[in-house]
Amino acid sequence: MRVLIKGAGVAGLTAAHELVARGAEVTVAEHSRGLAGAASWYAGGMLAPWCERESAEEVVLTYGIGAADWWEAALPADSVHRNGTLVVAQPRDSAELKRFASRTSGFRWLGAEEIAALEPALAGRFRQALFFAEEAHLDPRKALSTLRQGLVARGVVFRASEIDEGGFALTVDCTGAARIGEVEGLRGVRGEMIYLQTHEVTLSRPVRLLHPRIPLYTVPRGGGLFMCGATMIESDDGGPITARSLMDFLNTAYALHPAFAEARLVETGAGVRPAFADNLPRVSRRENTISVNGLYRHGFLLSPATARQAAALAFDEQSGRGHVR
Amino acid sequence: MPVFYGSELRSRLLLGTARYPSPAVLAEAVRRSGTDIVTVSLRRETAGGRQGGAFFELIRELGVRVLPNTAGCHSVSEAVLTAKMAREIFATDWIKLEVIGHHETLQPDVFGLVEAARILAGEGFEVFPYTTDDLVVAERLLEAGCKVLMPWCAPIGSAMGPQNVPSLRAMRAEFPDVPLIVDAGIGRPSHAAAVMELGYDAVLLNTAVAGAGEPVAMAEAFAKAIAAGHIAYHAGMLEPRDMAVPSTPVIGKAVFS
Repeated sequence: MRVLIKGAGVAGLTAAHELVARGAEVTVAEHSRGLAGAASWYAGGMLAPWCERESAEEVVLTYGIGAADWWEAALPADSVHRNGTLVVAQPRDSAELKRFASRTSGFRWLGAEEIAALEPALAGRFRQALFFAEEAHLDPRKALSTLRQGLVARGVVFRASEIDEGGFALTVDCTGAARIGEVEGLRGVRGEMIYLQTHEVTLSRPVRLLHPRIPLYTVPRGGGLFMCGATMIESDDGGPITARSLMDFLNTAYALHPAFAEARLVETGAGVRPAFADNLPRVSRRENTISVNGLYRHGFLLSPATARQAAALAFDEQSGRGHVR
Repeated sequence: MPVFYGSELRSRLLLGTARYPSPAVLAEAVRRSGTDIVTVSLRRETAGGRQGGAFFELIRELGVRVLPNTAGCHSVSEAVLTAKMAREIFATDWIKLEVIGHHETLQPDVFGLVEAARILAGEGFEVFPYTTDDLVVAERLLEAGCKVLMPWCAPIGSAMGPQNVPSLRAMRAEFPDVPLIVDAGIGRPSHAAAVMELGYDAVLLNTAVAGAGEPVAMAEAFAKAIAAGHIAYHAGMLEPRDMAVPSTPVIGKAVFS
Protein backbone atom coordinates (compact mmCIF):
# COMPACT_ATOMS: atom_id res chain seq x y z
CA MET A 1 0.00 0.00 0.00
CA ARG A 2 1.36 3.42 -0.99
CA VAL A 3 0.85 5.95 1.79
CA LEU A 4 1.51 9.68 1.81
CA ILE A 5 2.23 11.18 5.22
CA LYS A 6 1.93 14.93 5.41
CA GLY A 7 4.07 16.42 8.13
CA ALA A 8 7.45 15.31 9.44
CA GLY A 9 7.09 16.30 13.07
CA VAL A 10 6.85 13.74 15.81
CA ALA A 11 3.33 12.70 14.76
CA GLY A 12 4.31 12.15 11.13
CA LEU A 13 7.59 10.35 11.79
CA THR A 14 6.13 7.99 14.38
CA ALA A 15 3.21 7.22 12.05
CA ALA A 16 5.69 6.56 9.23
CA HIS A 17 7.63 4.23 11.51
CA GLU A 18 4.52 2.19 12.37
CA LEU A 19 3.28 2.07 8.78
CA VAL A 20 6.64 0.98 7.39
CA ALA A 21 6.80 -1.73 10.07
CA ARG A 22 3.51 -3.03 8.69
CA GLY A 23 4.83 -3.10 5.16
CA ALA A 24 3.46 0.17 3.75
CA GLU A 25 5.36 2.05 1.07
CA VAL A 26 5.65 5.52 2.62
CA THR A 27 6.37 8.97 1.24
CA VAL A 28 6.62 11.88 3.70
CA ALA A 29 5.85 15.45 2.72
CA GLU A 30 7.97 17.63 4.99
CA HIS A 31 8.09 21.33 5.80
CA SER A 32 10.39 23.46 3.71
CA ARG A 33 12.30 24.22 6.92
CA GLY A 34 12.75 20.48 7.50
CA LEU A 35 12.41 19.20 11.05
CA ALA A 36 12.72 22.74 12.48
CA GLY A 37 9.30 23.52 11.00
CA ALA A 38 7.59 21.26 13.53
CA ALA A 39 6.44 22.11 17.05
CA SER A 40 8.24 18.96 18.25
CA TRP A 41 11.58 20.54 17.34
CA TYR A 42 11.04 22.80 20.37
CA ALA A 43 9.84 20.03 22.69
CA GLY A 44 11.28 19.11 26.06
CA GLY A 45 11.38 15.42 25.21
CA MET A 46 10.24 14.36 28.65
CA LEU A 47 8.48 11.01 28.78
CA ALA A 48 6.77 11.95 32.01
CA PRO A 49 3.24 10.55 32.13
CA TRP A 50 3.04 10.61 35.93
CA CYS A 51 4.08 14.27 36.21
CA GLU A 52 1.78 15.26 33.36
CA ARG A 53 -1.13 13.73 35.25
CA GLU A 54 -0.95 16.80 37.49
CA SER A 55 -3.04 18.66 34.93
CA ALA A 56 -3.79 16.09 32.21
CA GLU A 57 -6.54 13.50 31.97
CA GLU A 58 -6.00 9.92 33.07
CA VAL A 59 -5.64 8.68 29.45
CA VAL A 60 -2.41 10.66 29.12
CA LEU A 61 -1.00 8.44 31.84
CA THR A 62 -2.40 5.18 30.50
CA TYR A 63 -1.28 5.82 26.92
CA GLY A 64 1.92 7.56 27.92
CA ILE A 65 3.33 4.79 30.10
CA GLY A 66 4.40 2.76 27.05
CA ALA A 67 6.14 5.68 25.32
CA ALA A 68 9.62 5.09 26.75
CA ASP A 69 9.57 1.47 25.55
CA TRP A 70 8.44 2.54 22.09
CA TRP A 71 11.21 5.10 21.73
CA GLU A 72 13.79 2.71 23.12
CA ALA A 73 12.84 0.15 20.45
CA ALA A 74 12.74 2.75 17.66
CA LEU A 75 16.01 4.57 18.44
CA PRO A 76 19.66 3.48 18.84
CA ALA A 77 20.80 2.29 22.28
CA ASP A 78 21.26 5.01 24.95
CA SER A 79 18.89 7.45 23.25
CA VAL A 80 16.28 7.10 26.00
CA HIS A 81 17.42 7.99 29.51
CA ARG A 82 15.35 6.13 32.07
CA ASN A 83 16.50 7.81 35.24
CA GLY A 84 13.40 9.62 36.39
CA THR A 85 12.23 13.20 36.95
CA LEU A 86 13.01 15.38 39.95
CA VAL A 87 10.40 17.92 41.05
CA VAL A 88 11.52 20.67 43.42
CA ALA A 89 10.25 23.98 44.79
CA GLN A 90 11.72 26.88 46.72
CA PRO A 91 11.04 26.58 50.47
CA ARG A 92 8.46 29.38 50.29
CA ASP A 93 6.61 27.51 47.55
CA SER A 94 6.50 24.22 49.43
CA ALA A 95 2.69 24.30 49.19
CA GLU A 96 3.14 23.83 45.43
CA LEU A 97 5.05 20.62 46.06
CA LYS A 98 2.26 19.30 48.25
CA ARG A 99 -0.29 20.27 45.64
CA PHE A 100 1.70 18.54 42.90
CA ALA A 101 2.01 15.42 45.06
CA SER A 102 -1.72 15.34 45.71
CA ARG A 103 -2.46 15.34 41.97
CA THR A 104 0.05 12.68 40.90
CA SER A 105 1.28 9.18 41.70
CA GLY A 106 4.38 7.11 41.03
CA PHE A 107 6.75 9.27 43.08
CA ARG A 108 8.49 9.23 46.41
CA TRP A 109 9.44 12.14 48.67
CA LEU A 110 13.13 12.89 48.94
CA GLY A 111 14.96 14.82 51.65
CA ALA A 112 18.00 17.05 51.20
CA GLU A 113 20.50 14.19 51.36
CA GLU A 114 18.72 12.06 48.79
CA ILE A 115 18.43 15.05 46.46
CA ALA A 116 22.17 15.61 46.77
CA ALA A 117 22.80 11.94 46.03
CA LEU A 118 20.72 12.05 42.85
CA GLU A 119 21.79 15.46 41.59
CA PRO A 120 24.96 16.65 43.36
CA ALA A 121 24.66 20.06 41.69
CA LEU A 122 21.48 20.69 43.67
CA ALA A 123 23.04 19.74 47.05
CA GLY A 124 22.01 22.17 49.75
CA ARG A 125 19.62 24.00 47.47
CA PHE A 126 16.37 22.17 48.16
CA ARG A 127 15.10 20.46 51.28
CA GLN A 128 12.31 18.46 49.68
CA ALA A 129 11.63 16.95 46.29
CA LEU A 130 9.40 14.47 44.53
CA PHE A 131 11.16 11.77 42.55
CA PHE A 132 9.34 10.06 39.70
CA ALA A 133 11.77 7.16 39.21
CA GLU A 134 9.96 5.48 36.31
CA GLU A 135 10.00 8.49 34.02
CA ALA A 136 12.38 8.97 31.10
CA HIS A 137 13.61 11.61 28.70
CA LEU A 138 15.22 11.89 25.30
CA ASP A 139 16.68 14.58 23.08
CA PRO A 140 13.83 15.42 20.69
CA ARG A 141 16.06 16.79 17.96
CA LYS A 142 18.32 13.74 17.95
CA ALA A 143 15.28 11.49 18.17
CA LEU A 144 13.55 13.12 15.19
CA SER A 145 16.76 13.18 13.13
CA THR A 146 17.64 9.53 13.79
CA LEU A 147 14.06 8.43 13.25
CA ARG A 148 14.11 10.22 9.91
CA GLN A 149 17.48 8.67 8.94
CA GLY A 150 16.20 5.23 9.87
CA LEU A 151 13.13 5.75 7.71
CA VAL A 152 15.24 6.88 4.76
CA ALA A 153 17.38 3.76 5.18
CA ARG A 154 14.21 1.69 4.96
CA GLY A 155 13.18 3.28 1.70
CA VAL A 156 10.93 6.11 2.90
CA VAL A 157 11.05 9.11 0.56
CA PHE A 158 11.00 12.65 2.04
CA ARG A 159 9.88 15.55 -0.14
CA ALA A 160 9.64 19.23 0.68
CA SER A 161 7.96 20.07 -2.63
CA GLU A 162 4.35 19.67 -3.76
CA ILE A 163 3.26 16.06 -4.10
CA ASP A 164 0.42 14.74 -6.25
CA GLU A 165 -1.82 12.80 -3.87
CA GLY A 166 -3.36 10.87 -6.75
CA GLY A 167 -0.82 8.10 -6.71
CA PHE A 168 -1.44 7.14 -3.07
CA ALA A 169 -3.96 4.73 -1.62
CA LEU A 170 -4.02 6.67 1.63
CA THR A 171 -3.03 10.05 3.05
CA VAL A 172 -2.14 10.52 6.72
CA ASP A 173 -2.39 14.16 7.75
CA CYS A 174 0.04 14.98 10.56
CA THR A 175 0.47 18.68 9.84
CA GLY A 176 -0.60 19.72 13.35
CA ALA A 177 -0.91 23.43 13.96
CA ALA A 178 -0.86 24.16 10.21
CA ARG A 179 -4.49 23.00 10.18
CA ILE A 180 -5.72 25.55 12.74
CA GLY A 181 -8.70 27.25 11.17
CA GLU A 182 -9.50 24.19 9.02
CA VAL A 183 -10.05 21.48 11.61
CA GLU A 184 -12.99 22.26 13.87
CA GLY A 185 -12.02 22.93 17.47
CA LEU A 186 -8.28 22.88 16.81
CA ARG A 187 -6.41 25.71 18.48
CA GLY A 188 -2.81 26.73 19.07
CA VAL A 189 -1.04 26.85 22.40
CA ARG A 190 2.18 28.76 22.07
CA GLY A 191 5.25 27.36 23.80
CA GLU A 192 8.51 29.23 24.18
CA MET A 193 11.82 27.72 25.22
CA ILE A 194 15.49 28.52 25.51
CA TYR A 195 18.79 26.66 25.37
CA LEU A 196 21.40 27.53 27.96
CA GLN A 197 24.96 26.28 27.93
CA THR A 198 27.22 26.06 30.94
CA HIS A 199 29.77 23.63 32.26
CA GLU A 200 29.31 24.82 35.82
CA VAL A 201 26.12 22.85 36.38
CA THR A 202 25.65 19.14 35.78
CA LEU A 203 22.24 17.53 35.85
CA SER A 204 21.44 14.02 34.73
CA ARG A 205 17.66 14.13 34.55
CA PRO A 206 14.84 16.63 33.95
CA VAL A 207 14.23 18.91 36.92
CA ARG A 208 10.90 20.65 37.32
CA LEU A 209 10.92 23.76 39.48
CA LEU A 210 7.41 24.44 40.72
CA HIS A 211 6.24 27.99 41.13
CA PRO A 212 2.71 29.34 41.48
CA ARG A 213 3.03 31.47 38.37
CA ILE A 214 6.07 30.36 36.43
CA PRO A 215 6.67 26.60 36.59
CA LEU A 216 9.79 25.70 34.62
CA TYR A 217 11.57 22.55 33.64
CA THR A 218 15.19 22.09 32.72
CA VAL A 219 16.25 19.09 30.67
CA PRO A 220 19.97 18.29 30.33
CA ARG A 221 20.98 17.55 26.75
CA GLY A 222 24.61 16.65 27.49
CA GLY A 223 27.71 18.70 26.67
CA GLY A 224 26.67 21.40 29.10
CA LEU A 225 23.51 22.14 27.14
CA PHE A 226 20.20 22.64 28.93
CA MET A 227 16.78 23.10 27.45
CA CYS A 228 14.49 25.27 29.60
CA GLY A 229 10.80 25.44 28.88
CA ALA A 230 8.11 26.06 28.31
CA THR A 231 5.39 28.66 28.35
CA MET A 232 1.73 27.80 27.78
CA ILE A 233 0.06 30.72 26.05
CA GLU A 234 -3.34 30.51 24.40
CA SER A 235 -2.22 31.83 21.03
CA ASP A 236 -1.30 30.47 17.61
CA ASP A 237 1.50 32.99 17.22
CA GLY A 238 4.81 31.27 16.49
CA GLY A 239 6.88 34.47 16.52
CA PRO A 240 10.04 35.02 18.56
CA ILE A 241 10.08 34.71 22.34
CA THR A 242 8.77 37.72 24.31
CA ALA A 243 10.96 39.65 26.73
CA ARG A 244 8.65 38.71 29.58
CA SER A 245 8.91 34.97 28.92
CA LEU A 246 12.67 35.21 28.55
CA MET A 247 12.94 37.07 31.86
CA ASP A 248 10.79 34.44 33.55
CA PHE A 249 12.94 31.62 32.18
CA LEU A 250 16.20 33.24 33.17
CA ASN A 251 14.95 34.10 36.65
CA THR A 252 13.74 30.59 37.29
CA ALA A 253 16.89 29.00 35.86
CA TYR A 254 18.85 31.22 38.22
CA ALA A 255 16.61 30.14 41.10
CA LEU A 256 17.32 26.51 40.25
CA HIS A 257 21.05 27.13 40.33
CA PRO A 258 22.89 30.47 40.50
CA ALA A 259 25.56 29.22 38.09
CA PHE A 260 22.99 29.54 35.31
CA ALA A 261 23.59 33.29 35.57
CA GLU A 262 26.89 32.75 33.75
CA ALA A 263 25.46 30.32 31.20
CA ARG A 264 25.41 31.26 27.52
CA LEU A 265 22.00 31.81 26.02
CA VAL A 266 22.54 29.82 22.83
CA GLU A 267 19.02 29.65 21.44
CA THR A 268 15.51 30.91 21.97
CA GLY A 269 12.55 29.52 20.15
CA ALA A 270 8.80 29.17 20.01
CA GLY A 271 6.45 26.60 18.61
CA VAL A 272 2.68 26.32 18.35
CA ARG A 273 1.21 23.17 19.86
CA PRO A 274 -1.95 21.94 18.18
CA ALA A 275 -4.68 21.17 20.72
CA PHE A 276 -8.36 20.34 20.96
CA ALA A 277 -10.60 21.63 23.75
CA ASP A 278 -9.86 18.66 26.03
CA ASN A 279 -6.13 18.83 25.25
CA LEU A 280 -6.24 15.22 24.05
CA PRO A 281 -5.17 13.99 20.60
CA ARG A 282 -7.54 12.68 17.95
CA VAL A 283 -6.93 10.01 15.33
CA SER A 284 -9.69 9.64 12.78
CA ARG A 285 -10.29 8.32 9.29
CA ARG A 286 -12.49 9.79 6.61
CA GLU A 287 -12.43 7.87 3.35
CA ASN A 288 -8.79 7.75 2.28
CA THR A 289 -7.49 10.31 4.72
CA ILE A 290 -6.39 9.61 8.26
CA SER A 291 -5.86 12.59 10.56
CA VAL A 292 -3.58 12.63 13.57
CA ASN A 293 -3.72 15.92 15.44
CA GLY A 294 -4.03 17.68 18.79
CA LEU A 295 -0.97 16.19 20.49
CA TYR A 296 -0.73 19.41 22.53
CA ARG A 297 2.30 19.27 24.86
CA HIS A 298 2.43 15.48 24.68
CA GLY A 299 4.01 14.88 21.27
CA PHE A 300 6.76 12.50 22.35
CA LEU A 301 4.64 11.01 25.10
CA LEU A 302 1.53 10.17 23.08
CA SER A 303 2.66 9.92 19.43
CA PRO A 304 3.63 6.23 19.82
CA ALA A 305 -0.01 5.58 20.73
CA THR A 306 -1.46 7.80 17.98
CA ALA A 307 0.94 6.24 15.43
CA ARG A 308 -0.26 2.76 16.33
CA GLN A 309 -3.87 3.89 16.01
CA ALA A 310 -3.18 5.50 12.65
CA ALA A 311 -1.55 2.28 11.43
CA ALA A 312 -4.49 0.26 12.71
CA LEU A 313 -6.90 2.55 10.87
CA ALA A 314 -4.80 2.27 7.72
CA PHE A 315 -4.82 -1.51 7.65
CA ASP A 316 -8.10 -2.28 9.33
CA GLU A 317 -10.90 0.23 9.19
CA GLN A 318 -12.78 -1.46 12.00
CA SER A 319 -10.21 -1.03 14.76
CA GLY A 320 -8.87 2.01 16.45
CA ARG A 321 -11.71 4.27 15.40
CA GLY A 322 -12.12 7.58 17.17
CA HIS A 323 -9.47 9.27 19.23
CA VAL A 324 -7.07 8.21 21.92
CA ARG A 325 -9.76 8.06 24.55
CA MET B 1 -29.57 39.34 42.87
CA PRO B 2 -26.60 41.67 42.50
CA VAL B 3 -26.68 44.49 39.99
CA PHE B 4 -23.41 45.64 38.43
CA TYR B 5 -23.62 48.76 36.28
CA GLY B 6 -27.31 48.17 35.62
CA SER B 7 -27.03 44.47 34.79
CA GLU B 8 -28.76 42.07 37.12
CA LEU B 9 -27.06 38.71 37.51
CA ARG B 10 -28.19 35.21 38.34
CA SER B 11 -25.10 34.18 40.25
CA ARG B 12 -22.90 35.65 42.99
CA LEU B 13 -19.85 33.80 41.71
CA LEU B 14 -17.50 35.28 39.13
CA LEU B 15 -15.05 32.78 37.68
CA GLY B 16 -11.60 33.39 36.21
CA THR B 17 -10.58 31.41 33.13
CA ALA B 18 -6.83 30.95 33.57
CA ARG B 19 -4.86 27.79 34.19
CA TYR B 20 -7.49 25.08 33.91
CA PRO B 21 -6.28 21.65 32.80
CA SER B 22 -8.02 22.23 29.47
CA PRO B 23 -10.64 24.53 27.91
CA ALA B 24 -13.07 21.60 28.08
CA VAL B 25 -12.68 21.42 31.87
CA LEU B 26 -13.06 25.20 32.08
CA ALA B 27 -16.30 25.07 30.09
CA GLU B 28 -17.71 22.35 32.32
CA ALA B 29 -16.68 24.24 35.49
CA VAL B 30 -18.45 27.35 34.21
CA ARG B 31 -21.60 25.36 33.52
CA ARG B 32 -21.56 23.56 36.86
CA SER B 33 -20.91 26.75 38.83
CA GLY B 34 -23.92 28.49 37.32
CA THR B 35 -21.86 31.67 37.01
CA ASP B 36 -22.85 34.23 34.44
CA ILE B 37 -19.64 36.26 34.48
CA VAL B 38 -16.19 35.00 33.57
CA THR B 39 -13.03 37.07 33.68
CA VAL B 40 -10.42 36.83 30.93
CA SER B 41 -6.87 38.06 31.00
CA LEU B 42 -5.78 39.81 27.85
CA ARG B 43 -2.19 40.46 28.57
CA ARG B 44 -0.69 37.02 28.06
CA GLU B 45 -3.23 35.45 25.80
CA THR B 46 -3.04 37.84 22.91
CA ALA B 47 0.75 38.12 22.85
CA GLY B 48 0.68 39.34 19.28
CA GLY B 49 -1.44 36.44 18.02
CA ARG B 50 -4.45 36.58 15.76
CA GLN B 51 -6.75 39.01 17.48
CA GLY B 52 -8.81 36.97 19.87
CA GLY B 53 -7.77 33.60 18.60
CA ALA B 54 -9.35 30.25 19.29
CA PHE B 55 -9.25 30.58 23.08
CA PHE B 56 -11.33 33.76 23.05
CA GLU B 57 -13.70 32.02 20.67
CA LEU B 58 -14.12 29.26 23.25
CA ILE B 59 -14.77 31.89 25.93
CA ARG B 60 -17.41 33.58 23.81
CA GLU B 61 -19.08 30.21 23.19
CA LEU B 62 -19.58 29.75 26.94
CA GLY B 63 -22.57 32.04 26.55
CA VAL B 64 -21.84 34.06 29.69
CA ARG B 65 -20.83 37.66 30.18
CA VAL B 66 -17.15 38.36 29.79
CA LEU B 67 -15.37 40.68 32.21
CA PRO B 68 -11.98 41.25 30.59
CA ASN B 69 -9.18 42.12 32.98
CA THR B 70 -5.90 43.97 32.83
CA ALA B 71 -4.01 41.32 34.82
CA GLY B 72 -0.26 41.67 34.66
CA CYS B 73 -0.28 45.42 33.95
CA HIS B 74 2.21 47.34 36.07
CA SER B 75 1.51 50.88 34.90
CA VAL B 76 -1.43 53.15 34.24
CA SER B 77 -0.71 53.45 30.52
CA GLU B 78 -0.36 49.70 30.11
CA ALA B 79 -3.65 49.11 31.92
CA VAL B 80 -5.49 51.76 29.90
CA LEU B 81 -4.17 50.35 26.63
CA THR B 82 -5.12 46.80 27.62
CA ALA B 83 -8.61 47.97 28.59
CA LYS B 84 -9.07 49.52 25.15
CA MET B 85 -7.93 46.32 23.44
CA ALA B 86 -10.37 44.38 25.60
CA ARG B 87 -13.23 46.64 24.60
CA GLU B 88 -12.54 45.92 20.93
CA ILE B 89 -12.12 42.18 21.30
CA PHE B 90 -15.09 41.51 23.56
CA ALA B 91 -17.34 44.42 22.60
CA THR B 92 -17.97 45.34 26.24
CA ASP B 93 -17.43 48.44 28.35
CA TRP B 94 -16.80 46.32 31.40
CA ILE B 95 -13.23 46.11 32.56
CA LYS B 96 -11.71 44.56 35.65
CA LEU B 97 -8.92 46.98 36.37
CA GLU B 98 -5.69 45.68 37.85
CA VAL B 99 -2.63 47.84 38.23
CA ILE B 100 -0.01 45.73 39.96
CA GLY B 101 2.29 47.61 42.31
CA HIS B 102 4.35 44.85 43.83
CA HIS B 103 5.92 42.15 41.74
CA GLU B 104 6.01 39.48 44.44
CA THR B 105 2.66 39.87 46.21
CA LEU B 106 0.81 41.29 43.19
CA GLN B 107 -0.49 43.95 45.57
CA PRO B 108 -2.38 46.64 43.67
CA ASP B 109 -0.72 50.01 43.07
CA VAL B 110 -3.63 51.96 44.51
CA PHE B 111 -2.35 55.33 43.27
CA GLY B 112 -2.07 54.07 39.70
CA LEU B 113 -5.39 52.29 40.12
CA VAL B 114 -7.27 55.48 40.99
CA GLU B 115 -5.62 57.32 38.11
CA ALA B 116 -6.38 54.57 35.58
CA ALA B 117 -9.95 54.28 36.88
CA ARG B 118 -10.49 58.01 36.34
CA ILE B 119 -9.15 57.84 32.78
CA LEU B 120 -11.21 54.78 31.87
CA ALA B 121 -14.42 55.99 33.51
CA GLY B 122 -13.97 59.22 31.54
CA GLU B 123 -13.88 57.16 28.33
CA GLY B 124 -17.12 55.39 29.14
CA PHE B 125 -15.71 52.22 30.67
CA GLU B 126 -17.53 50.51 33.51
CA VAL B 127 -14.67 49.80 35.84
CA PHE B 128 -14.37 46.94 38.34
CA PRO B 129 -11.24 47.93 40.28
CA TYR B 130 -9.15 45.28 42.04
CA THR B 131 -8.18 47.09 45.23
CA THR B 132 -7.14 46.57 48.84
CA ASP B 133 -9.52 46.89 51.80
CA ASP B 134 -8.43 50.50 52.39
CA LEU B 135 -11.47 52.75 52.89
CA VAL B 136 -9.80 55.91 51.66
CA VAL B 137 -8.70 54.29 48.42
CA ALA B 138 -12.24 52.93 48.03
CA GLU B 139 -13.63 56.44 48.45
CA ARG B 140 -11.23 57.76 45.80
CA LEU B 141 -12.21 54.99 43.39
CA LEU B 142 -15.88 55.89 43.78
CA GLU B 143 -15.03 59.54 43.17
CA ALA B 144 -13.13 58.46 40.04
CA GLY B 145 -16.34 56.97 38.68
CA CYS B 146 -16.30 53.33 39.83
CA LYS B 147 -19.68 51.93 40.83
CA VAL B 148 -18.39 48.55 41.97
CA LEU B 149 -15.44 47.76 44.26
CA MET B 150 -13.38 44.59 44.32
CA PRO B 151 -11.27 44.38 47.47
CA TRP B 152 -8.91 41.50 48.05
CA CYS B 153 -9.19 39.39 51.18
CA ALA B 154 -5.60 38.08 50.82
CA PRO B 155 -2.94 38.29 48.09
CA ILE B 156 -3.83 36.86 44.65
CA GLY B 157 -3.53 33.10 44.42
CA SER B 158 -2.46 32.78 48.07
CA ALA B 159 -5.50 30.71 49.10
CA MET B 160 -5.17 32.18 52.59
CA GLY B 161 -8.78 33.26 52.95
CA PRO B 162 -9.94 36.45 54.72
CA GLN B 163 -6.98 37.95 56.57
CA ASN B 164 -8.57 41.10 57.91
CA VAL B 165 -12.21 40.51 58.73
CA PRO B 166 -12.75 43.76 60.71
CA SER B 167 -11.50 45.69 57.70
CA LEU B 168 -13.82 43.87 55.29
CA ARG B 169 -16.67 44.47 57.75
CA ALA B 170 -15.83 48.17 57.90
CA MET B 171 -15.86 48.40 54.12
CA ARG B 172 -19.31 46.83 53.97
CA ALA B 173 -20.56 49.22 56.64
CA GLU B 174 -19.00 52.26 54.99
CA PHE B 175 -20.42 51.54 51.53
CA PRO B 176 -23.79 49.89 52.11
CA ASP B 177 -25.08 50.67 48.63
CA VAL B 178 -21.99 49.91 46.54
CA PRO B 179 -21.75 46.38 45.11
CA LEU B 180 -18.71 44.78 46.76
CA ILE B 181 -16.97 41.74 45.28
CA VAL B 182 -14.17 39.95 47.11
CA ASP B 183 -11.63 39.44 44.38
CA ALA B 184 -8.53 37.66 45.53
CA GLY B 185 -7.14 35.29 48.12
CA ILE B 186 -9.98 32.79 48.47
CA GLY B 187 -8.72 29.23 48.87
CA ARG B 188 -11.66 27.12 49.90
CA PRO B 189 -15.45 27.27 49.94
CA SER B 190 -15.55 28.12 53.66
CA HIS B 191 -13.55 31.29 52.91
CA ALA B 192 -16.10 32.29 50.30
CA ALA B 193 -18.98 31.57 52.68
CA ALA B 194 -17.24 33.64 55.37
CA VAL B 195 -16.98 36.78 53.25
CA MET B 196 -20.53 36.35 51.99
CA GLU B 197 -21.67 36.16 55.62
CA LEU B 198 -20.17 39.64 56.03
CA GLY B 199 -22.68 40.87 53.47
CA TYR B 200 -20.52 40.99 50.36
CA ASP B 201 -22.39 40.84 47.09
CA ALA B 202 -20.23 38.36 45.21
CA VAL B 203 -16.92 36.53 45.09
CA LEU B 204 -14.43 36.26 42.25
CA LEU B 205 -12.32 33.11 42.04
CA ASN B 206 -9.83 31.53 39.72
CA THR B 207 -6.96 29.51 41.17
CA ALA B 208 -9.10 27.93 43.91
CA VAL B 209 -11.19 26.26 41.20
CA ALA B 210 -8.70 25.91 38.33
CA GLY B 211 -6.02 24.44 40.59
CA ALA B 212 -8.31 21.99 42.40
CA GLY B 213 -7.96 18.27 41.82
CA GLU B 214 -11.46 18.24 40.31
CA PRO B 215 -12.13 21.79 39.10
CA VAL B 216 -15.70 21.03 38.02
CA ALA B 217 -16.72 19.63 41.40
CA MET B 218 -14.93 22.47 43.18
CA ALA B 219 -16.81 25.03 41.07
CA GLU B 220 -20.06 23.54 42.33
CA ALA B 221 -18.82 23.51 45.94
CA PHE B 222 -17.98 27.21 45.72
CA ALA B 223 -21.30 28.09 44.13
CA LYS B 224 -23.11 26.40 47.00
CA ALA B 225 -20.91 27.97 49.70
CA ILE B 226 -21.41 31.44 48.21
CA ALA B 227 -25.16 30.98 48.05
CA ALA B 228 -25.20 29.67 51.64
CA GLY B 229 -23.17 32.59 52.96
CA HIS B 230 -25.46 35.05 51.25
CA ILE B 231 -28.64 33.47 52.60
CA ALA B 232 -27.11 33.31 56.08
CA TYR B 233 -26.23 37.00 56.02
CA HIS B 234 -29.85 37.92 55.39
CA ALA B 235 -31.20 35.28 57.75
CA GLY B 236 -29.56 36.98 60.72
CA MET B 237 -26.84 35.00 62.45
CA LEU B 238 -26.27 34.61 66.15
CA GLU B 239 -23.53 36.62 67.75
CA PRO B 240 -20.95 34.58 69.64
CA ARG B 241 -21.19 34.50 73.44
CA ASP B 242 -18.64 33.89 76.13
CA MET B 243 -20.37 30.86 77.58
CA ALA B 244 -22.75 28.06 76.77
CA VAL B 245 -26.48 28.84 76.58
CA PRO B 246 -28.75 25.81 76.80
CA SER B 247 -31.35 25.64 74.08
CA THR B 248 -33.90 24.04 76.37
CA PRO B 249 -35.25 25.51 79.64
CA VAL B 250 -33.37 24.53 82.75
CA ILE B 251 -36.05 25.64 85.22
CA GLY B 252 -37.28 22.73 87.26
CA LYS B 253 -34.05 20.83 87.04
CA ALA B 254 -31.69 20.46 89.94
CA VAL B 255 -29.10 23.19 89.69
CA PHE B 256 -26.86 22.09 92.54
CA SER B 257 -24.26 19.59 91.60
